[in-house]
Amino acid sequence: MKQNLYNYILGIADNSLILGQRLGELTGHGPSLETDIACTNISLDLFGQVRSYFQYAAKIAGDNRTEDDIAMLRKEREYVNVLLVEQPNRDFAYTMARQFLFDIYHLLFLQELEKSKDLTLSAIATKSIKEVSYHERFSGDWIKRLGDGTEVSKAKMQDAIDGLWTYTDELFHQTEADKAMVAEGIGVDVTKLKETYYKKVNEILEEATLEIPESKWFQKGGKEGIHTEHLGYLLAELQYMQRAYPNMEW
Amino acid sequence: MSLRVIPIFFIGIVSRSNKARFPFLREMNMTTTEQNIDQILIPILEQVSDPEIPVLSIMDMGVVRSAVIESNIVKVEITPTYSGCPAMDVIGDDIKAALKAAGYHSEIELILAPAWTTDWITLRGRKALEDYGIAAPLDAEADKDVLLEGKRIVKCTNCGSQNTRLVSQFGSTACKAQFQCDDCQEPFDYFKCLK
Repeated sequence: MKQNLYNYILGIADNSLILGQRLGELTGHGPSLETDIACTNISLDLFGQVRSYFQYAAKIAGDNRTEDDIAMLRKEREYVNVLLVEQPNRDFAYTMARQFLFDIYHLLFLQELEKSKDLTLSAIATKSIKEVSYHERFSGDWIKRLGDGTEVSKAKMQDAIDGLWTYTDELFHQTEADKAMVAEGIGVDVTKLKETYYKKVNEILEEATLEIPESKWFQKGGKEGIHTEHLGYLLAELQYMQRAYPNMEW
Repeated sequence: MSLRVIPIFFIGIVSRSNKARFPFLREMNMTTTEQNIDQILIPILEQVSDPEIPVLSIMDMGVVRSAVIESNIVKVEITPTYSGCPAMDVIGDDIKAALKAAGYHSEIELILAPAWTTDWITLRGRKALEDYGIAAPLDAEADKDVLLEGKRIVKCTNCGSQNTRLVSQFGSTACKAQFQCDDCQEPFDYFKCLK
């Protein structure tokens, strides 16, 4: 099995899986019907992308594991998503700030992944770019609406951006699998996305009349499987059926 | 048109039996192919419609990329409109059923490249959408104008007025946005441009 490629795919897909699950929690609970449907639609796009990645990973694994096994049957330490995407839906400003900080990265990442020598990853990227462009517009729009909105909405959005800022730097950390895949022309060198990322993020924050956080202290660990306390609760819900009824099928 | 497809999908991702029910989803071969459909098969495939938009055949939707008869088995390649489109499972099943009724065994394969675009919806398909109450996709530039800049150019499917406004960038399915006409007050879906 191509272990590095397998790990590399999980590194991409876990972000979408965990963020998709977070957004899915809003099904029927969004602040308005329209935002509820938007969040769950974005969730659906992310899950669709995850399926393509995990199907490919399962094929590479070459044993009997399936896309569902990869999604459902790992322990907390085996998920390698960034800490940003597992942060809870504290309020709508927080949900949109998390989405925005991820979407800007996600689109930049996919635009590079599209150039991958691996044709399957490149095809998934091409497909996903079309969907993620809409996500980026949606979340960017809400940053501006709430940031440049009322006193209350501005305070909440500023609070959300300040709170989540500490998780942004991890997006640009390289894992061993990253380095190996970059060397083979398959992976994306995320360190090169950092400058453009902050430039784009800062532009929208300025337009939203929000302060750009100055904190230089950043959290990390998700990519190595060291998560915040929130992931465990998320997985408890995600994996509930498989734990209650092992190997159950619909 | 189903109001919400999301909850169905949440059940789906927990499912372990998709592989049994939809074996074609397991083998994703993402190779590039031109559209290549055997003439004899066209009338059969035209009977299959998108379960979300029953008036629209999958042929007019442009999701069938190839269908050829190879030693008595019809090999069909379909491509999803959106990655998470839950309709693909049903479409795959429906194609199998339609071909079986016509006396063919078939194998269905889901391909990702080249990625689907709204340009592949045929003229007849666009008309079917409009008749059904879904505004057909504009070109990429105009699409940006209506979804981001709030321009009023999408034609109301009820009265034809362009005095329409965006209600939500996301609609009842991933491929649509919600609009409302400010003349006749009709709420309607707009099929987003995907390029």
